[in-house]
Amino acid sequence: MIQPQPWIEGRLPADSVITTTVEQAINWARQSSIWPMTFGLACCAIEMMSAGASRYDMDRFGAGAFRATPRQADLMIVAGTVTYKMASRVRRLYHMMPDPKFVIAMGACTVGGGPYFKWGYHVVKGVDLVVPVDVYVPGCPPRPEALLEGLMRIQDKIKAHRIGKTGDAAWFKPGEKVEDRLPLPHHTGHVAAPGPQQARTDHQKIKG
Amino acid sequence: MATIAEIVEALEESGDVVATSTFRGDTRVVVLPERLAPVARRLQVEFGFDMLIDVTCVDYLQYPGARDRFGLVYSLFSTESNQRLWLRVFLNEPDLEVDSLVPLWESANWMEREVYDLFGIRFRRHPDLRRILLPEAFTSHPLRKDYPLQGRGERHHLPVIERGES
Ligand code: SF4
Repeated sequence: MIQPQPWIEGRLPADSVITTTVEQAINWARQSSIWPMTFGLACCAIEMMSAGASRYDMDRFGAGAFRATPRQADLMIVAGTVTYKMASRVRRLYHMMPDPKFVIAMGACTVGGGPYFKWGYHVVKGVDLVVPVDVYVPGCPPRPEALLEGLMRIQDKIKAHRIGKTGDAAWFKPGEKVEDRLPLPHHTGHVAAPGPQQARTDHQKIKG
Repeated sequence: MATIAEIVEALEESGDVVATSTFRGDTRVVVLPERLAPVARRLQVEFGFDMLIDVTCVDYLQYPGARDRFGLVYSLFSTESNQRLWLRVFLNEPDLEVDSLVPLWESANWMEREVYDLFGIRFRRHPDLRRILLPEAFTSHPLRKDYPLQGRGERHHLPVIERGES
């Protein structure tokens, strides 16, 4: 017979009490059940489906419940090419989602236009021109592991979320206000550009 | 059941055909723009071409040896006799208008909208001639060969949306 593996049960005395802050508890609950919205726009969606299916299993991180309506979703994974015609729809879907909501831009197309960066008359050059993006996952298409990494960066971001407070509670200084703040996730790979750079190849040159 | 050669012959007799050609067993019939609807009707009613597979267009700008600017392609199919026939119509600016084939084949509806969207060819008496693939505010027809390849809508210096202003 398989013995049940004790996790938190076996480590604490039976009548113990755990203390935490409301903020930590809320953030923990939010980060462990991010529900993504089911929609894919192009080839990247295939990798997203693969990340959600049994081999990569996004459900391990609590993000496996793909919702078919924006009203029940916390996370929008924009997987694929966003055309100008689709852009207004993407924006409307984003506004339909309840707060707090997060956006992953998956793939080169949504990061900055991708293969259509220079020559595409119909492609939005990055979905961050349409909706605010929290995490960019580059690649064409990104591997499912990369999407999982992006998901974990979203979780980092939620974990460090400072929930806004006002001075109504008795324990809080009257009149004091703490702003709602969403930090950059740790080890994002974000580095500041080292000053203005010279365009090296033709497609980097700005013309007209 | 008439063979393709007999059908082409019958069309030629009525004087509607400008040119015909055959390539690897596929027959192409060129008709004048104003004769398109009658010829298509005859092909449907008399020769049983009950299916319009495709409507598309080619821009022959700077194409070697081409005399006309746009060439419409209608791909017809008969589910009874398993025959195929291609109808071609050549158009030149500024007269980019041709009769719609929606009264004959319902499938022409969206395909003609696509040709209108990407090439700017207008279809007379089309029930709903709007853009289908590009946003309504788009102002030109990008599959024309004179549409610029570079310089439209590039990412440089477009403002990025932040969370606060979404
Ligand atoms: S980034 Fe590449 S794989 Fe992803 S949607 Fe664009 S073209 Fe397709």
